[in-house]
Amino acid sequence: MTTITEFFAALSRYDFLQSALLTAIMVGIMSGIIGSFIILRGMSLMGDAISHAVLPGVAVAYMLGINVLVGASVFGILAALLIGFVAAHSKVKTDTAIGVVFSAFYALGFILISMAESATNLHHILFGNILAVSNHDIMTTAIVLGIVILFVTIFYKELLITSFDETFAATYGLKVQLIHYSLMLVLTLVTVSALQTVGIILVVAMLITPAATAFLWTNRLSLMLILSAAFGVVSATIGLYLSYTFNWASGPAIVLVAAAFFAIAFIFSPKQGFVRLKASLGKKARPKLSQEVR
Amino acid sequence: MLTIKNLTVAYDATPVLADATVNFNAGKITGIIGPNGAGKSTLIKATLGLIKSQSGTAEFNGQPLSHQKKAIAYVEQRKDLDLSFPINVLDVVLTGTYADLGLLRSPGKAQRQAALAALDQVGMTAFAQRQIGNLSGGQLQRVFVARAIVQQADLIILDEPFVGIDLQSENAIMAILQQWRDAGKTIIVVHHDLNKVTRYFDDLVVMNHGIVDYGPVNEVYTARNIEQTFSADLSAVLFDQEVQA
Repeated sequence: MTTITEFFAALSRYDFLQSALLTAIMVGIMSGIIGSFIILRGMSLMGDAISHAVLPGVAVAYMLGINVLVGASVFGILAALLIGFVAAHSKVKTDTAIGVVFSAFYALGFILISMAESATNLHHILFGNILAVSNHDIMTTAIVLGIVILFVTIFYKELLITSFDETFAATYGLKVQLIHYSLMLVLTLVTVSALQTVGIILVVAMLITPAATAFLWTNRLSLMLILSAAFGVVSATIGLYLSYTFNWASGPAIVLVAAAFFAIAFIFSPKQGFVRLKASLGKKARPKLSQEVR
Repeated sequence: MLTIKNLTVAYDATPVLADATVNFNAGKITGIIGPNGAGKSTLIKATLGLIKSQSGTAEFNGQPLSHQKKAIAYVEQRKDLDLSFPINVLDVVLTGTYADLGLLRSPGKAQRQAALAALDQVGMTAFAQRQIGNLSGGQLQRVFVARAIVQQADLIILDEPFVGIDLQSENAIMAILQQWRDAGKTIIVVHHDLNKVTRYFDDLVVMNHGIVDYGPVNEVYTARNIEQTFSADLSAVLFDQEVQA
């Protein structure tokens, strides 16, 4: 327990730790919210792809001295468009198109980053460096959080229906492609913000793990978004504490805490929890079966 | 009235649907029958603009259908739906109000009342708060029909609505279709169970990679048409039965 009081003492003493905590909380909220839609749309791989595909954008932004968000957004959307194009115009399946495009972008990013080595540190981009958050970074993160909340509030029902029943949305004339690419753009912004907290490699964990945990605890989308954000925040806070106390890298610490929450949900949640699933396996299978009967 | 002219859809070189021209009348329930792979769902999806067609037009009441998307309610085959999605029955029905609400408004009291009334019509009020994965196939189909009610569409298209559902649900859905017909709407049902054709439909479209025949059910549901599109055996069985009965 002394380490916890020490953590709070340090928190009141050190600005850098306050900045780190504030950023971690904001990233926890935004990735929890956007991540919920990513997993409901069955786009976990796409989330991973976009988070990797922004790397060349980050490098180019450093080289040209422009805002990282701008550079990353350009490459994130470019990757999303390219994946959509390849999937639609060739015989390969979407997951294959995703694999081809994002690995190419990631590789390009590596080469560009090494060319711009003096300006930045590859290790920090890959694994996060939350203890070096600047005031400018906090402002950027706050703006992205604002965009995420606005986006989801304004387009809540469009995001719901395109995630749940895209064909239906298309028949009543909703621009489902526009919703898809808007979500990809917002996902890119979230990725860039989360980059500093957990690093590119683990961004996908912040997007998917808290959302998956929330999914196991509720049957309501609105509650899932709130729970997911909450799991993101709590994971980020506890992770940061572990990182500070035991001198662990912040990204992996946060991700492991999030994974622990998922493990708890997997075992105990009423919906699909392992413990209950065994008891009610026969009951659960029934609605699915009646769907299959033709 | 829905008028489809010269509709052709081809995924490869051979068309799935070749030069289909057909009318669907208002105030009628029209069934579409045909063997597997006859292009029934393809006709519907191409008409709705969900898949690309190589040629052809779809007009509803003399205007291009693509300009009247809010007039359409489409109840598709439910096999691809994610039943674990965190959504309950009432919220599914509420999505039927989205088209009318437009971009910035969210469903309010009026929409909730409409949704509850629609659930009442299909006998699903007691399930309003149920997550959709906990419903039987028939109950789920009734929920999607309730959504179509809420849409207040003039053109209602159902793709295989009676597949894998219980008789109670089938009767409940059929009652709604008859109400729609009596209100002068255009109702199209893709169907595979030939036994109920004469009981359920006013008009009939027989398909086999194109339109074989269409018109009033007593003119189109003939031994000759069934023999031509399905098989001589099936035709013999079905029409012998009718003679005996």
